[in-house]
Amino acid sequence: MTDFGFTRAKSSTVNLDEVDTSLYRKIVQVEPDVRRCMECGSCSAVCTAAPLSGMSVRKVIHALERGTDITAMLSGCMLCGKCTMVCPRGINTRHLILSLERYYKKEGEA
Amino acid sequence: MIYEGKQKIWADYQKEIPEDHWYFVRSCIRQNFFPASEKYFTEITKNVLGKDIYESPHHTTCGGIAYHCDTIPQETVMTIVARQFALMTEAGYENYAASCITSFGNYIETLETWHEFPELEAKIREMLWKACRREFQKPKYVAHSSDLIYKFRNEIASRARFRLVNKETGEPLRVVEHIGCHYNKMFPSKGVGGAEYPYVLCGMIESWGGQIIDYPERRHCCGYGFRQYHVQANRGYSFSNTHKKFESMEPYKPDMIITNCPGCPYFLDRWQYVTAETEGKTYGDKPGFGIPVFTYEEVAGLVLGYNPWDLGLQMHQIAVEPLLDKIGIPYDPASKYLGVNKKDLGKPVLPGCITCF
Repeated sequence: MTDFGFTRAKSSTVNLDEVDTSLYRKIVQVEPDVRRCMECGSCSAVCTAAPLSGMSVRKVIHALERGTDITAMLSGCMLCGKCTMVCPRGINTRHLILSLERYYKKEGEA
Repeated sequence: MIYEGKQKIWADYQKEIPEDHWYFVRSCIRQNFFPASEKYFTEITKNVLGKDIYESPHHTTCGGIAYHCDTIPQETVMTIVARQFALMTEAGYENYAASCITSFGNYIETLETWHEFPELEAKIREMLWKACRREFQKPKYVAHSSDLIYKFRNEIASRARFRLVNKETGEPLRVVEHIGCHYNKMFPSKGVGGAEYPYVLCGMIESWGGQIIDYPERRHCCGYGFRQYHVQANRGYSFSNTHKKFESMEPYKPDMIITNCPGCPYFLDRWQYVTAETEGKTYGDKPGFGIPVFTYEEVAGLVLGYNPWDLGLQMHQIAVEPLLDKIGIPYDPASKYLGVNKKDLGKPVLPGCITCF
């Protein structure tokens, strides 16, 4: 095989017909505003926890839509609410994180 | 439905394209990648359609590549653009047609910036005067050269010797159209159909008998992205983008790809070889061949019946012969690598991973 000095990055494409997006659908029931997210990243830009813990509200919403795991990111959130203050779409992101925490807590108890 | 309202909304997606008298500027890189495309643009517009197209030998780069590679400031680019406008003014033209998508985007960006910041325009006029004692009028219309071919697509169709139809089955060829990002993603109102319904290549394909393929990554970048390619460390990112497009279009079994940008046909063509070399995979309906990629001028030239080798199709990485056979366009395999005046261009070393002739 010829070495060109570069390689192809692993594809991040997901087939939405095959991934499990049930959590996203459940969250949309209690936090319908999440559907207004345009993934601008303002929330992540102001996040105090982001540089230290890998927390990113934008990534959390993106992962929810793609049906991938978000628990590691959630544990980094300090619930300071700065993301809610800057969201241009007016999404209560802090409340979204709380709702997700509540869901996982309920699931753990069950 | 309120018809007037619908018409008003749709008017946002239309573009006025003057009939005649164009000052034409070439691309820096197209003549290296696909050398006959611009020649046949002028041949078709001037000699077939009888339009007035003027070129200046003093024309230079627009600075777009350096600008998008983030190596020169915008004021420098604007002064280069101002000089091009000065050449147009000196030649007595008001309609400006650019062959390059990035140049087109660059000219529009410059004009829009001057519209928003008139003091910057005054500064650039002063810089141009100090640099080369030239003055300019802003063009009345700026178009991409594909806009012109789009405008005259039906005239070309009426003179066509071949259509984009499979001669064996009589079915229209399945065509992927790819529009350069700088055509309509920066200033949607300046492109035919805007960013949402770009119609410039679709119009040509429909007019010349082909069938347009819609696929999930249709509006994805070809992968060039300037710094994605020019910075070698980023080159894998360029390749990954192109790969994503091909994976997405593969199930729809396209016969060919048409583009209107200098970089797109090059990367969509050449990265197919890299995919074959590194992963052993080829696309298209014929195993081991790939999907041929064309510029819109090459396709216009093919339907009008020009010799494929005069159109520079021997410069393509992916073999075009299977498609020519499919349409029924005659060609002489022995003269593939004979240039103008039958001068031997020399046959390139052919790769083993993908079938070329």
